[in-house]
Amino acid sequence: MTIQYETVIGLEVHAQLLTKSKLFSAASTSFGNEPNHNTDAVTLALPGVLPVLNREAVSMAIKAGLATGCKIANTSVFARKNYFYPDLPKGYQISQFELPICEHGHLHIKVDGQEKRIGITRIHLEEDAGKLVHDRGDPEHSHVDLNRAGVPLIETVSEPDMRSSQEATAYLRRLRDIFVYLGICDGNMEEGSFRCDANVSIRPMGQEKFGTRAELKNMNSFRNVERAIEYEVERQKALLADGKEVIQETRLWNADKGITESMRSKEEANDYRYFPDPDLLPLIVHDEWIEAVRQEIPELAHEMAERFVQEYALPEYDAEVLTAEKNIAQHWEATVKAAKVEAKKVSNLYMTHLLKLQKEIPETFERISSEIAAEILNMTQEAKINLNMAKEVLDEIAATGKEVKKIIEEKGFVQVSDTATLEAAIDKILADNPDNVAAYQSGKDKLFGFFVGQTMKALSGKANPQVVNELLKEKLKN
Amino acid sequence: MELYELTLSQAAEKLRNKECSSVELTESALKRISETEDKIGAYITQTPELALEQAKKVDQKIAAGEKLASLAGIPIGLKDIFVTKDIRTTCASKILENFIPPYDGTAVSKLKAQEIVLTGKLNMDEFAMGSSTETSFFKQTKNPWNLECIPGGSSGGSAASVAADQCFASLGTDTGGSIRQPAALTGIVGLKPTYGRVSRYGVIAFASSLDQVGPMTKDVRDSALLLQAIAGHDPLDSTSVPKEVPNYSEFLQNDVKGLKVGVPKEYFIDGMDAEVKNAVEAAIKKYEEMGAQIVEVSLPHTEYAVSTYYILAPAEASSNLARYDGIRYGYRSTEAKNLHETFIKSRSEGFGDEVKRRIMLGTFVLSAGYYDAYYLKAQKVRTLIRQDFEQAFQKADVLITPTSPSAAFKLGEKTQDPVQMYLSDIFTINVNLAGLPGMSLPCGFTKSGLPIGMQLIAPAFEEGRLLHAAYAYEQATDWKTRRPSL
Repeated sequence: MTIQYETVIGLEVHAQLLTKSKLFSAASTSFGNEPNHNTDAVTLALPGVLPVLNREAVSMAIKAGLATGCKIANTSVFARKNYFYPDLPKGYQISQFELPICEHGHLHIKVDGQEKRIGITRIHLEEDAGKLVHDRGDPEHSHVDLNRAGVPLIETVSEPDMRSSQEATAYLRRLRDIFVYLGICDGNMEEGSFRCDANVSIRPMGQEKFGTRAELKNMNSFRNVERAIEYEVERQKALLADGKEVIQETRLWNADKGITESMRSKEEANDYRYFPDPDLLPLIVHDEWIEAVRQEIPELAHEMAERFVQEYALPEYDAEVLTAEKNIAQHWEATVKAAKVEAKKVSNLYMTHLLKLQKEIPETFERISSEIAAEILNMTQEAKINLNMAKEVLDEIAATGKEVKKIIEEKGFVQVSDTATLEAAIDKILADNPDNVAAYQSGKDKLFGFFVGQTMKALSGKANPQVVNELLKEKLKN
Repeated sequence: MELYELTLSQAAEKLRNKECSSVELTESALKRISETEDKIGAYITQTPELALEQAKKVDQKIAAGEKLASLAGIPIGLKDIFVTKDIRTTCASKILENFIPPYDGTAVSKLKAQEIVLTGKLNMDEFAMGSSTETSFFKQTKNPWNLECIPGGSSGGSAASVAADQCFASLGTDTGGSIRQPAALTGIVGLKPTYGRVSRYGVIAFASSLDQVGPMTKDVRDSALLLQAIAGHDPLDSTSVPKEVPNYSEFLQNDVKGLKVGVPKEYFIDGMDAEVKNAVEAAIKKYEEMGAQIVEVSLPHTEYAVSTYYILAPAEASSNLARYDGIRYGYRSTEAKNLHETFIKSRSEGFGDEVKRRIMLGTFVLSAGYYDAYYLKAQKVRTLIRQDFEQAFQKADVLITPTSPSAAFKLGEKTQDPVQMYLSDIFTINVNLAGLPGMSLPCGFTKSGLPIGMQLIAPAFEEGRLLHAAYAYEQATDWKTRRPSL
């Protein structure tokens, strides 16, 4: 009999905070500058420099904690995590160890319609490391870029509450949505501003004791997190099936090969020699500060999605897709309010067209403001243009930013609803196709589409399809 | 009388009264350096051209009738632990032998704002680890009172330079006694302020929770003047305290009637150097004659101070010195074949033995499985030591103790025995652990003519009280009139 295993997953998520300056210095955090441009004496760890805590980063960490139901510590302590690496200028990372700023939180995820609560052990503040650059055409040297060194991070550590890769990615998406909605992180996994390590173990179904875990690193997309966990679970099952043991180790996800590879075992792990950083006083956060931050917390993604369902009668699926990004959710809601069209129809336009358009043209939602989207939707409602024309107009705006009127003029998009013109065209078509008319009238209903098509063609696609339908039905009766 | 023999305040006075120029003061000091430096070896880097340039600028301002800061135009030396923009800063280590900083530390900026004249960067124990200035990578500084003796440490260059009249005052740093002990051994005045009183920004860190900057001067008045210039809150140092800085010169009063001078019984023990004991006891008697009230106090955890210190200071140092990795600046071994070797060889070749000893000590006490037994326990003892002082200050206004258990010892005498060397700081370490202000001033001489220092200790941020007690004693005695013959 094969043993049934249960997967146990806990996630550690590092999120870069969107502060203007670094966690302990005034150096800029702006992205994409020349290597080592965003550095100062503190970032370079020159002799004699000292860290000064960035209060904005603390506020953001408090915000993250409050949004995930954490208890915010009135006193937390920064500690030094000591290890040598060229991307770590001080030879230690300033982090929080024994007393983190947020503890005992949770969030809810939904997988296959089942809601589940996932515990958050802690959220703490720490500084990011720099980057090594190896491929600059010189095999003898590596380069160090310290632009990222000292950028504030929050590390969110979950309880080992997830039981499948789907639950893990659902948790990850929810956490990302929360941070993005709070405006504290841009949530970009590819660029590394939102990074995830996964602790994965398996145990025989029903066993309480956890199995030995492997820590997975280097997964830079939701998809990779899911794939890495799935691979790792199978790897561990295979080991146990062979009578072997899972060893505690750190493994790197190799996305090209689709496997995890051993990086270092527990024995090889660093002894970080944590101790409280004597250069920084304990961080004291009074209740007034916490309350002030609480006032700044906006409506979060899942809250907004629930409201869209309630307020606009949207299907849950639509609400979820639309709230995946805060600016799109806000854009959509503004369009609904400005348009004389029902919310579901607005949703359809976004889901079937605008979201795809945005993937091709990132400026889509800047060029097509909610007012413009509403204007175009209203024109379709008033039958001034049809839906295909509307989409073509939207494409043009996204690509060029031109005015709606101008595009409609240029394209000659004026829908023909005038009955006299349409009747004349229909009469001609009926006269030219007596056989088909006879066939239709003897029961071949499918031919109706042929007449609609011919009419539309005769009017270069500008005919109002509703009016055409009515007229045709009328005229074909006899 | 030569100009270099003047105290800081006398020189400033002469300058204000236009009895001399800053260039004259500077030339006098530079002449004294060139005459004595071969014997003393106080400087790692001399800056004579810069000094004269700064002096000229001050003289021009005086000529133009501009109002000047109290220290303007006075030649002052800096321990080579202070980061100075465009001036090599080595911390007496091979690992920083060619390091030229791109910025000034806060204390240096404050002195620059006062327009002092910089004579140069003074020798010290490597990374301030030592009590004799013998761990310097560069040279051995000698005691101006006896060239066969050490000047104390780690601020030995700062002490010797002032004692030898090479500069009118200097700045030192004190982590376990590094200002007070060399001050005592060279017959000058050394003040370690309260932890947090002077910014540590731009001071190369040894042990962050203990390091403090302070003045090393020819007399107590100068100490007040120089402390005034550097004290105060600094937004760049989170551990500096936002507390108003009083006018320290106002504390220079003769009258100590009713001042309660506490004598900690644990500091006067059998077996200590008799000459030191007698000198400090005589000073206590002097205070009594002057109308002070002598009270016995107890600091029961004194015996644990040295071991506590030699856990905490190396722990912090092991982490503070991790940045010297051969990657961004400083010494990099040319022998290294890969990254791992770059770290190992650069550090093995760049640091001296005492520094490596303390890095290993610190690394050990912080490692998994030992942290609780050493680091955490030492922190608890530190709290007890702090409480000892709080208790003692219920009964006394200031405490008096010897600064060092003996006068200056011979070069090489303790270099083979680190523990004996560590015990040189037995009376000063407690004060750092408690974060209190402490001051050493001359209180006598040994038969062989070496200076003896006594230490005064006050509650946190009561530097004024120290200056008061020290000034009154200094006025009532004439130790400061004796100068070494060089």
